[in-house]
Amino acid sequence: MAVRSNIVGIDSPEALEKALRAAYYLADEGLATSAYLGLALGKPLLLEGAPGVGKTEAAKAIAAVLGRRLIRLQCYEGIDASAALYEWNYPRQMLAIRQAGDESIDIYGETFLIERPMLAALRAPDSTVLLIDEIDRADQEFEAFLLEFLSDFQISIPERGTVRAAERPVVVLTSNRTRDLHEALRRRCVYHWIDYPSAEREARIIMMRASSVAEATARAVVAAVEKLRREPLSKAPGIAEAVDWAEAATLLHKGGARWPDAFKRSIGVALKDEEDLHFISPRLDAMLAEATA
Amino acid sequence: MNPEPQLPRAARVFVAFVPLLRANGFAVAPEQTTTFLAAIELLGPRDIEQIRQAALATLAPPPERRATFDRLFDLHFRGSEAITRDDEGEDDETVRLQEERRDGEEPLLSDEASESGLTATRSEALVERRFGDSSGSDALRRLTREAPRRLPRRRGHRRMRARRGPFADLRRTLRDSVRSDGEILRLGHMRRRQRPRKMLLLIDVSGSMKSRTEENMKLAHALVQAAPDVEVFTFGTRLTRVTRPLRLKRREQAMNAAAHLVSDWDGGTRIGDALQAFLAVPRFGGYARGAAVVIVSDGLERGETDALRDAVAKLSRRAWRLSWLTPLATSPGFRPQTEALIAIERFVDDLVDGGSSASIVAHILALGRRRAA
Repeated sequence: MAVRSNIVGIDSPEALEKALRAAYYLADEGLATSAYLGLALGKPLLLEGAPGVGKTEAAKAIAAVLGRRLIRLQCYEGIDASAALYEWNYPRQMLAIRQAGDESIDIYGETFLIERPMLAALRAPDSTVLLIDEIDRADQEFEAFLLEFLSDFQISIPERGTVRAAERPVVVLTSNRTRDLHEALRRRCVYHWIDYPSAEREARIIMMRASSVAEATARAVVAAVEKLRREPLSKAPGIAEAVDWAEAATLLHKGGARWPDAFKRSIGVALKDEEDLHFISPRLDAMLAEATA
Repeated sequence: MNPEPQLPRAARVFVAFVPLLRANGFAVAPEQTTTFLAAIELLGPRDIEQIRQAALATLAPPPERRATFDRLFDLHFRGSEAITRDDEGEDDETVRLQEERRDGEEPLLSDEASESGLTATRSEALVERRFGDSSGSDALRRLTREAPRRLPRRRGHRRMRARRGPFADLRRTLRDSVRSDGEILRLGHMRRRQRPRKMLLLIDVSGSMKSRTEENMKLAHALVQAAPDVEVFTFGTRLTRVTRPLRLKRREQAMNAAAHLVSDWDGGTRIGDALQAFLAVPRFGGYARGAAVVIVSDGLERGETDALRDAVAKLSRRAWRLSWLTPLATSPGFRPQTEALIAIERFVDDLVDGGSSASIVAHILALGRRRAA
């Protein structure tokens, strides 16, 4: 397996970790290792984990490190090739046929082709990173289609012929694991399960993203969200929610609110589900008192 | 004749790790072994942790079996130094409930980590069930035969060609119009394709359900085989996802694999806690969204019914339809007597007979026909 030269200057997981940090993303050793291996071995990187642990952010940071444009394909149920690869501009084609009259016209020319994310990545593999977001939302037919795409990085457009990537594009896939992905897809990729960050790391992330937040506040928020994540909630607070909560509480505190109270009044940015709020409210005071102790 | 190319001595230890994984039920493709070696070569690993990271990234064990993977890794690469970590039930899917435990702190949730010997706890009767191999009953044959036609369906988002439908099929219309110099003589239509609806089956395997457990497991296996999108969990004193073993085609194999996985057969019941634990794992909770949820349990809950009522209320809001099948409801005029069933009655769409395979199958096959009032 040839090692690729597209990550010039990054010759180890540690170097990648450092570069990601410069792009404001704090990766742990496991993520840095798998991302490095994915890039160096030219394999897609598959990131799985609960919503809000920073999977999509990781892809953005990787694109930033490589100095490439991120092309995002958001998956949804029923996504198919016409949404992922290409589509013809039918109204324009019809108009063209009518306007041409007796002249011959190529209605399958470039002007009528609408490029979708996967085709765009194939055509510019050296300047883009393709993010296939939340692949678990797509159905199994699409997964099979994707598997084919990831194995030879070429697609055939019946009316025009085959488009082949000049080099292997950098691809990152994410999954919230709402269903089990096909084993074959996991095998084709370099795989990493992203967990919630350690308390230490999460506090650092909060302070990095929200410069107004004091260290004590960041630590208190981390302690509180850790507790919340252990509760049977329908939407546990992710990292973004923790950052927002720390910022909101800081703002309220500067406006004169006392500490545990500032957290309590801004809980709405951390828990966005009414039912979850209702479920937690009897124990919230004790929880916050413990977290801010 | 050329001798077979020899693996470099240094690589052997890495390659030898793969059969060990396979022997323990991890699927590893040859391609992954190659990638693993390439990763090792690339990293020139400085310590054992880097090797572990490379193994995780390239051999991709499912997250819920991470603890087993780590144990095997330590065993293989550290040999006698292997540290037996106390990570019992510490996989990322373990939920420790916050309420006071009558029986000490113990994880309630176990997933496919087949550690039956390791994760059993003192307070649990350590039972590993052996399922007999009686032949399939009429009810199961009926389920297998009729499931494809009768199970509930919903409109999907993929479109298919149709004679009539709400969407125009522009691609086909254009192709047709090329033949007639751009005149549109006929507009192609599309409509949304029907898809099987998700199903979720939660089976009570506690002592009070003992006489039905084996039949219920066979039924679950038949359902998983017959329908594409079914998830199955058992619960008693803990909650176990058994979907994966039940996907094995041969029933005997599937039953044994499931029996091996579940460690709380015929024990006590903490239905409320089990359902709360189910909802606490986002991935599991997601299985219930928009699904036909079927709970097979007598509802003989020891202790408080609050947790149970809350959990059932939540489930019913997520589910497309929530059915509770109890062996106690054998007569049509059944009124719930147990405190638990009274508490949950208003949240379920159906509270019907679950005392025989025939009645459960009949109900499952009728799910798609009518929405409960």
